[in-house]
Amino acid sequence: MNMPFYVAPEQVMKDRADYARKGIARGRSLIAFRFDNGIAICAENTSSTLRKVSEIYDRIAFAGVGKYNEFDQLRIAGVRHADLKGYAFSREDVDARSLANQYAQSLGQVFTHEMKPMEVEILVAEIGHADDGSGDQLFHILYDGTVMDEDVSVVLGGDADTIADRFGEIEPDLPLAQGLRRATDALGGPDRELTAEDLEVAVLERDVGRRAFRRLRDDEIAGHLAD
Amino acid sequence: MNLPRFDTHDDPGPSFAELLRRTGFDDPVSLDRQVPADEFRHGTTCVAVRYADGVLLAGDRRATSGNLISHRTLEKVFPADRHSGVAIAGAAGPAIEMVRLFQLQLEHYEKVEGGSLSLEGKANQLGQMVRSNLPAAMQGLVVVPIFAGFDLGRDEGRLFEYDVTGGRYEESQTASTGSGSLHAGTVMKLGFREGLDAGAVIDLAIEALFEAADEDSATGGPDPVRGIYPVMALITAEGYRRIDDEELADRTQTLIERRRNR
Repeated sequence: MNMPFYVAPEQVMKDRADYARKGIARGRSLIAFRFDNGIAICAENTSSTLRKVSEIYDRIAFAGVGKYNEFDQLRIAGVRHADLKGYAFSREDVDARSLANQYAQSLGQVFTHEMKPMEVEILVAEIGHADDGSGDQLFHILYDGTVMDEDVSVVLGGDADTIADRFGEIEPDLPLAQGLRRATDALGGPDRELTAEDLEVAVLERDVGRRAFRRLRDDEIAGHLAD
Repeated sequence: MNLPRFDTHDDPGPSFAELLRRTGFDDPVSLDRQVPADEFRHGTTCVAVRYADGVLLAGDRRATSGNLISHRTLEKVFPADRHSGVAIAGAAGPAIEMVRLFQLQLEHYEKVEGGSLSLEGKANQLGQMVRSNLPAAMQGLVVVPIFAGFDLGRDEGRLFEYDVTGGRYEESQTASTGSGSLHAGTVMKLGFREGLDAGAVIDLAIEALFEAADEDSATGGPDPVRGIYPVMALITAEGYRRIDDEELADRTQTLIERRRNR
């Protein structure tokens, strides 16, 4: 009878984590930060059709890095979860925290029970109703289901630590243009100059009616970067 | 409520109605008898008209249960998404639920697919929803909507009427539905000219609903005592805009003055 080789659980988890991290590191990173009128998500993405940042619900946005088909599948699951919940209860009962927990459950389940972990890192962002942004939330969820609740800004992707160092600490009441310039510099690093065509930017804005999510067109992004 | 995940072979795609079926939310009510008209609320007259910048949708505010007035401020005109709206007549409960599902369906599609349906696609979707209500309609719970929107591809406003079977009929000038539609529709038809401006079509719709209320007991007229006026919305390239009550009050007052002096 064939006996499977014994592999220590620590080793299994480590191998899976390394595998996922490698997959994530292959893609480009993104930065989400709070600004004076909401939350902005700025991703390095040369494609103008395959999106990294999208709308989940009235005040909730989603962003993912890593393997496109995997985070896009999670995005659609999130839209379905939110729309079903809003239909069954009420629109105000849909919140980012519960969605982030669902994502964490799902990613954790795949990480421990399936052959291959998902090579993704995702962000669930929600703007609150308070004008001072005190209700804003940023949930950063890793490939193994780890959830982190971030306060003002967060970087997702392979090179996150370096980029976060370059981006530095910011105040949550920064104007959008200023935040975008810093995010662009941080994503590009010292050797590369990113332009509007290399970026995908979307915002969740206060006081724009029910659906707070809006994509910025390339000329708008260029305008902010040139200011 | 957990994260809905599907295998690729039975994925519901961008359809919210299909998603509801897959997740067990969709629980069709089966009726074994005719529901008497005084046992549920009934909403009536809505009109729509094309004009220079797009389309106008308008509906009175009355709901009746048999011969009683059961609601004075019912809304029958709703935004469907940014560039379209829907007006409903018939059994109020199923009609409002249909609108809610329709709105969700359009938004769900837009979010999942990353782009909106064409206006034609939206009109067909609504037709399918009306058709799926046919069994209930046969028991008395009829829902007959009007769909209107601004077609960004063609750069013009478009109107669609329906019948209970889900049949979809595009109208080039005006549309009307509900018990007062005979009178309201005639006023709209006679007052229609190509290229009217927004003010002119608002006045025309006020007059049409006024006439319908005059002749049909289930259609509510303007109620200056309580400050209740029809719900009206303009849909143009800029989107869906509801007209505020002050403007409607002023225009209604002008109409009444004109009637008094004739």
